[in-house]
Amino acid sequence: MSRTEEHTTVSAETKKIEMILEQVHDPEVPVLSVMDLGIVRDIKWNNDELEVIITPTYSGCPAMDVISLSIKMTLLSHGYKKIKITQVLSPAWTTDWMSEEGKRKLAAYGIAPPNPKQQVCNDKLFAPDEAVQCPHCHSYHTHRVSEFGSTACKALYQCDDCKEPFDYFKCH
Amino acid sequence: MKQDSFIYYTLHLADNALILGHRNSEWCGHGPVLEQDIAITNISLDLIGQARNFYQYAAKLMNKQNAPSPNGKEVGGEFTEDKLAYLRDVREFKNCLLAEQPNGDWAQTILRQFFFSTYQFYLYRQLQESHPDEQLAAIAAKSLKEVTYHLRWSSEWVIRLGDGTEESRKRMLNALENLWPYTGELFVPAAYETDRMDLKNIKEQWAQKVKDIFSEATLPYPAEGWMHTGGKTGMHTEQLGFILAELQFMQRAYPNSEW
Repeated sequence: MSRTEEHTTVSAETKKIEMILEQVHDPEVPVLSVMDLGIVRDIKWNNDELEVIITPTYSGCPAMDVISLSIKMTLLSHGYKKIKITQVLSPAWTTDWMSEEGKRKLAAYGIAPPNPKQQVCNDKLFAPDEAVQCPHCHSYHTHRVSEFGSTACKALYQCDDCKEPFDYFKCH
Repeated sequence: MKQDSFIYYTLHLADNALILGHRNSEWCGHGPVLEQDIAITNISLDLIGQARNFYQYAAKLMNKQNAPSPNGKEVGGEFTEDKLAYLRDVREFKNCLLAEQPNGDWAQTILRQFFFSTYQFYLYRQLQESHPDEQLAAIAAKSLKEVTYHLRWSSEWVIRLGDGTEESRKRMLNALENLWPYTGELFVPAAYETDRMDLKNIKEQWAQKVKDIFSEATLPYPAEGWMHTGGKTGMHTEQLGFILAELQFMQRAYPNSEW
């Protein structure tokens, strides 16, 4: 097999694995796959062993252990035998790695997707609330109830027009 | 010896995060309002997550060099993050005394968090920028994003309470009197700290930040005075024993139990 052919086969195989990982969901936000979240950093072959490299969203995210296990189980059920899941911390995950498809799915599910990172993530005190769009009525007329929400990755907002409270996947 | 002191340093970072994380978790279900209950327990979760990253790394280093078991007796097999958290005795913990101080009222919890987050913020920034060990730098870089939230949240609360009502101000002053003597230890290097961190620089940045926030909160910045030390080398206040009794009870009573 020539070098180019080999390369094509490997990347085709990687593509296949990426497709399979689309079926592995975040247990806390079940509409998002691990691919949508951007936590799969690399897929590698070490001879006959398949290595999937993932990174946590937050240091204390309790979903990471479940996610590692689900990735392994899903790949096993697709016939892969030797699988290694490696967690890396650097570079640190950012909401900018979330796919556009993921953001669309989040909004449809009722969670406001993260704004681009450069808008916030500073240490300014009493900063004005980010303009976050209500996932229900699409108004920008909303306010932050709390910076800390039901999971580490979310903040709690309320819409001033339709009055519905909603989660915002905060920028990180 | 050099490697030992690096392991101690990693454990020190882990213990700081675990013990303060545990303290904050005691608020779960008891916060003054639901949103703030959720905030303090979220901070707790971040800290315990950071502790896990440091413990996992310390365990890896200890397994590599066949270090003696942490409490001098055989704990069986390999070191793990759980063994380091659940099976070490009080004198082996290297956290700062500030982290183990009791929650007191909301003002005391807030002030402890503010003092600690300010310290952690500048410490992690230095680790991220200049520590030669890649994994420590990576854990610091990851954690710094979370600590930025903790620092902003606790700063806002210090201002809100200090410059709030007569009652909130009284409680803040009381918290300040209780906690101030535990802040000095943060900047007194233990033997395992000296060669890698510039604590003098962190102290200057810490003092400036505290002065800025206190001035907005109309709180007096206390004069330098006598400070407690000892936590970094295992000489703790009576508080840590009670924390470990609760934290470690299950693993001690039912070894290797899982849930």
